[in-house]
Amino acid sequence: MKPRNILRDADALSRREILRLMAIGALTVSALPARAEKTPSGKGTARSVIQIWLSGGPTHLDTFDPKPEAGTEYMGPLRAIPTNVDGVQIGELLPLLAKQADKYSLLRGMTHGNNGHETAAYMVQTGWTPGGTLVHPCLSAVLTQRLIAAGSYKGLIPPYLVLTQPQGRFSEAGFLGQRCKPFATGGDPSQARFTVEGVVSKDLTPERQEARKTLLGQVDALAQAGATMPELAPAAASEREAWELILGPAGKVFDLGQEAKELRDKYGMNPFGQSCLAARRLVESGVPYITINFGGWDHHKQIFPALRQKLPQLDRGVASLLEDLASRGLLESTVVWVGGEFGRTPKVQPEAPWNGGRHHFGQAFSHLVAGGGFRGGSVIGATDKTGDTVKDRPIYPWDLIGSIYERLGLSPEATVPHPSGYAVRVLPPMEAKTPTGGRLKELV
Amino acid sequence: MTTGKILIAAALLASAAWPQREPIAPFELPQTAPRVSPIDDLVFDKLAASGKKPNYLVSDEVYARRVAFDLTGTLPTAAEMRAFLADRSTNKRARLVDRLLASDPYASYFTMKWCDLLRVKSEFPINLWPNAVQAYQRFIYASIKTNLPFDRFSRALLTTSGGNFLDPAANFYRAVQKKEPYNIAQAVALTFMGARFEAWPAAKQAGLAAFFSKVAYKSTLEWKEEIVFFDPDLPAFTNERGQPIDAVFPDGARAALDPAVDPRKTFADWLLRPENPYFGKAIANRVWYWMMGRGIVHEPDDFRDGNPPQNAALLAWLEGALASNGYDLKALMRLIAASGTYQQSSIPLAVSWSNDLNFSRYLPRRLEAEVLIDAICQLTGTSESYSSPIPEPFTFIPPSSRSVDLADGSINSAFTEMFGRPARDTGTEAERNNTPNAEQKIHLLNSSHILDKFKQARNFRRAIAQAKDPEKSVDEVYLWVLSRAPTEAERQAALAYSKVNRAEPWIDLAWSLVNANEFQFKH
Repeated sequence: MKPRNILRDADALSRREILRLMAIGALTVSALPARAEKTPSGKGTARSVIQIWLSGGPTHLDTFDPKPEAGTEYMGPLRAIPTNVDGVQIGELLPLLAKQADKYSLLRGMTHGNNGHETAAYMVQTGWTPGGTLVHPCLSAVLTQRLIAAGSYKGLIPPYLVLTQPQGRFSEAGFLGQRCKPFATGGDPSQARFTVEGVVSKDLTPERQEARKTLLGQVDALAQAGATMPELAPAAASEREAWELILGPAGKVFDLGQEAKELRDKYGMNPFGQSCLAARRLVESGVPYITINFGGWDHHKQIFPALRQKLPQLDRGVASLLEDLASRGLLESTVVWVGGEFGRTPKVQPEAPWNGGRHHFGQAFSHLVAGGGFRGGSVIGATDKTGDTVKDRPIYPWDLIGSIYERLGLSPEATVPHPSGYAVRVLPPMEAKTPTGGRLKELV
Repeated sequence: MTTGKILIAAALLASAAWPQREPIAPFELPQTAPRVSPIDDLVFDKLAASGKKPNYLVSDEVYARRVAFDLTGTLPTAAEMRAFLADRSTNKRARLVDRLLASDPYASYFTMKWCDLLRVKSEFPINLWPNAVQAYQRFIYASIKTNLPFDRFSRALLTTSGGNFLDPAANFYRAVQKKEPYNIAQAVALTFMGARFEAWPAAKQAGLAAFFSKVAYKSTLEWKEEIVFFDPDLPAFTNERGQPIDAVFPDGARAALDPAVDPRKTFADWLLRPENPYFGKAIANRVWYWMMGRGIVHEPDDFRDGNPPQNAALLAWLEGALASNGYDLKALMRLIAASGTYQQSSIPLAVSWSNDLNFSRYLPRRLEAEVLIDAICQLTGTSESYSSPIPEPFTFIPPSSRSVDLADGSINSAFTEMFGRPARDTGTEAERNNTPNAEQKIHLLNSSHILDKFKQARNFRRAIAQAKDPEKSVDEVYLWVLSRAPTEAERQAALAYSKVNRAEPWIDLAWSLVNANEFQFKH
């Protein structure tokens, strides 16, 4: 028997095969997770990830991969502008990011060829192609599982946090289940009070909270009478933790009022800008994975007026975040990852009902990565002169996610346990037929 | 010194060193739980052998709440509690149990439990699909409502052939992760023998799987209709070397199969004969686990040689009682609920007995996710909204429906997931997780989901408003939330609070009590 092959293909094994293999001793449940990982864990320098998820599929031509030579048929009314890195241009609606280009790298070779929101979002965030028997977890959920299993994350704030609403498209945790799902804050960080679900109540003043807490302490008769009941111990411990977050110092991480007004304005006083600021505060307090869901990029119709609304928010938020992280020495340990599930058709559709729209485009799109050991100031991959195909250095979702795993010190060949007891690789094995451009060695 | 001697010495030390604890009001009565049933002889004698004695008898209030949650998964209403507490008859506990066992919530609650164990869900990895989920769940509900004897229920699941909509028991053979003999055998062993097939030797696995090697499936022109049937013409069941595998019963006896007879029936005949050592024990132990919080064999679905029963005589007696009453589960529950053992306090009689496994107390457990949210909804007169976007047309659960009634394990909420509702992937009891954690506490203490329910609470507010004076208001809140009157100290604490916090003191009190362990735990 070759246990390694079994492990590699655990996903594809049928239940019966697993049972049979277990029965003949080829496969034991306890032996599975103990698999040695090839990449030494000391290699990664990233401690946190801020994922800015632009769901809906933002256009690549109007953001990170402009094609000024292609003309208005492709560019519409928008131009390209130079950045602070020689020879690198981005869309004109991103002037602040243009000044920070040395801090990030643009991945212009992103491709997977799928034009469905759900499937593409699944591919880009899990690194898997759907179709097997498993629903795989996102990178974020994998990281959460590893932290929980290792017992290495001790913070009161959940390790995987979403600002502010979870994405509806698919279950981020896949087969890993509830424990690896994100904690979604809810609320709006640009309001006077950022009412983080469960932490900051929208109705109760801190004084009333204190009074109620005292009352609860007085009336929990069973807790008092039953102090000797071991079954109640987890309840008592978790109640202490909960109050620390609600009324103690731990919850203050969400109090953006503690930041200078100038800095808040710089990030932009809108939900996205203030989410970026909240993300920085969370990274500072040691939260390993923060996703900012910034949706609304599915611009089939009248894309340019919409972009004039949205891109300045993206520009301010991300540029300020990068600058702020860098000035605090946090960028080296924090991966910032910006992108959506696909790009949009390079050729603008001018006629009704689209009136200047762009449609789903999985063949070529762009992402931005910065920090956590990814070098800035580079462009990886290139599309042709109209942005229709990747002509140089393709980057598939598994290439990108594998690279982020490596930045986090996690081998792309590592496994996570399926609830049924067998181990599943965090990324699909690279086979001869798997299209790949390789990991982002250029940026390391 | 042998381990046995050490244990006896430790027990003697504990009993000698331990001073008599006073009964704790309002949970306990100043009397020891009575010896009223053969169950008590078997439990209390075992306790005595290790120098322990039975715990205090619980108060009427605790008993009423305990049986309400154990038998119906439902918080008793203030009106029900008033009537029960006012009842002066001596057999009122038994009458309460009879009333609960005859109620619809009894059927709903145990339907939920069986749907967990039978993996009733539409989607991955079971993939029953919505229509079959509805049909299967209704079959289970009807079986429990009519108190179909458990052996007949089991036979229906094991032997039914037919379509998943019209012969819903046939869904037993569809509610597995892979529709093939080993997976089916695993489900059969787990469900009816309380055994972990995956830990069996390969030959024993193959022998059981062979009984399910003639189960065939075919689809029809109706969308997602599937027929489960006995197909004698399926190829012979063989191992990887192509050698035939014989059907062998789990006790090692080889089955003589008639090719014309569905081998599932042969297996069911073996499993359900009175002298079968697996079937009756497994279900008796399961019922005991449900009511007492711990199996005599524990985990309750892990029967094996290395995991002997804590009290073999007790398990044998329960098995016998169940068999002699024709596998009537309600009758077994009635016996357990009436025992002194079940009516013991959950507070250990001595600190050093808190980890005793010999049933010297009722083990407290956090309410199940669905039961907990139903109780909060009942108090506040609110409802949950459940829907499923897969497949089209979307499924919407009416707001009047309780969470316990959710037929489909694939239809969930953030709350039920957070509080450990099982995914219904494996059918093990351990899939349900009732252990509190910080995330749950944060949610109950301070989420808008829960706080918004208290903002509504129309009937509750009206009941409090109708109380004549603040003292009566406190009493009303306690009866609604904790099914009892406050102690004098509690009443004074609440009144003192209401004088300082004038905004909504009774809502604050109700919120505090809902967040107390006494509300969240069966005890």
